[in-house]
Amino acid sequence: MALEDTRTLRFFNRGPSAVARLVFFSVLSLLLLFVDARYQYLESTRQVISIIIYPFQRLTALPGEMWDGANAFISLQSHLVADNEQLHLRHDADSAQLKQMETVLSENAQLRALLEIKQRAEYSVQAAQIVYLERDIFKRKLFVDAGEQNGVQAGRAVVDNSGVVGQVTRTYPYLSEVTLVTDKDNVVPVQVVRTGLRAAVFGSGNISELELRYQPVDVDIQAGDELVTSGMDGTYPPALPIAKVIRVERDPAYPFARIACVPLAGVDRHRTLLIVSGVPTLPPRPAADDAHGTAVPGKKAPRRGTP
Amino acid sequence: MRHQMTMDREFLLPASRRFILASFIAAVLLEWLPWHGMALVLRPDFVGLLLLYWCTHKPHRVGIGIGWMLGIFVDVADASLFGQHALAYSVLAFGGLALNRRVQMFSLKEQSVHVFVLLLASYGVYALVHWQVRGYVEWSYFLGSLTSALLWAPLTLLIQTLRRPRRNPNEL
Repeated sequence: MALEDTRTLRFFNRGPSAVARLVFFSVLSLLLLFVDARYQYLESTRQVISIIIYPFQRLTALPGEMWDGANAFISLQSHLVADNEQLHLRHDADSAQLKQMETVLSENAQLRALLEIKQRAEYSVQAAQIVYLERDIFKRKLFVDAGEQNGVQAGRAVVDNSGVVGQVTRTYPYLSEVTLVTDKDNVVPVQVVRTGLRAAVFGSGNISELELRYQPVDVDIQAGDELVTSGMDGTYPPALPIAKVIRVERDPAYPFARIACVPLAGVDRHRTLLIVSGVPTLPPRPAADDAHGTAVPGKKAPRRGTP
Repeated sequence: MRHQMTMDREFLLPASRRFILASFIAAVLLEWLPWHGMALVLRPDFVGLLLLYWCTHKPHRVGIGIGWMLGIFVDVADASLFGQHALAYSVLAFGGLALNRRVQMFSLKEQSVHVFVLLLASYGVYALVHWQVRGYVEWSYFLGSLTSALLWAPLTLLIQTLRRPRRNPNEL
């Protein structure tokens, strides 16, 4: 039997006591917390550690990938044929629609040229696979397998085939962290398709709900209205579908209506997401006049006490 | 009395450095599996639980320092603030060290209750930091401490089986 096991069990035979250690490491943690929450100094450390643990992270994603792979491998041929046929049909329908859209696009370009409106941006997309979903129930985040090495930058919008998923908030060499639009207090500038009303939609922290805040009780919004991004802050390209209004509560006792929306993008339905790039940067915002401090649209937590 | 004897012997079982390291890697991998939705809410804190196990069973080997380092790794993987898990695991490790003498007297059921309280404290620390920084707490988060405590007995039995030295097949 090893010698250490026969010793009398004191907390530590050498070195400082357990309490001293606890105090030391707690202070160290609090210091790190403070620095990380307030400043950006620790990003490089985070990057280094993330490279070390990257292989392990990929390893944990392996069972899911293998399951998918096995499913694909043993799927019946008749299924594949049916699938293929369906895809062909859809492709035909889509290409017809695309032709139509090309005409509309050229017409639109012509009209815009006539009106001398700056070209609406065209953007390119880059596919990325979800490596894993949120780790922490406090946060609505996921990781995709495209990182700095693939040219992804923080701030890029992330979409799937049905709507906006979120925004890249941090990049690692081989991974990117995507914050979902449903993350608590995440703000996206939107526009109501039916009326053209501009508003901001806020994440609720619940994966299947968004809130349209700060709209007066008599606002013209109905259940079933579709919301698209307005492209106001330059982060999200304009006219991407994002959510659908499901419930409007108008209580005259409160200054604002309570409007609940459901996000259109299904994070739990696909493995592949698209990262939007090439959104043109807007001209820089003129410095705000000190006399009237204006609220920045993309800012977290609305400022309290502003008249 | 016999129960007491077996328990004591369990505490004297050897554990190599390599075994402890491997167990931690296994726990981290389990924690990194793609948990989702309700499973994520109920996901036990494998790393925290294992840390507690080694702190109570091998306090000379695993202590607050190792808990803190594990916390930093988990912080990076979870994209939480630096030090958030580290602080929670330091508190947990301290609780484990404090429990070390006492835990040998208890049956697994009684141990689980103690472990639940310690895990609750550690979860509380994590939630407190989150509340300070981001201003809200999700109460369902604390469900994880309950599932973790329920996992204590199976985990203890599993690791003790793995630690028991293999008998020599040629022995009579």
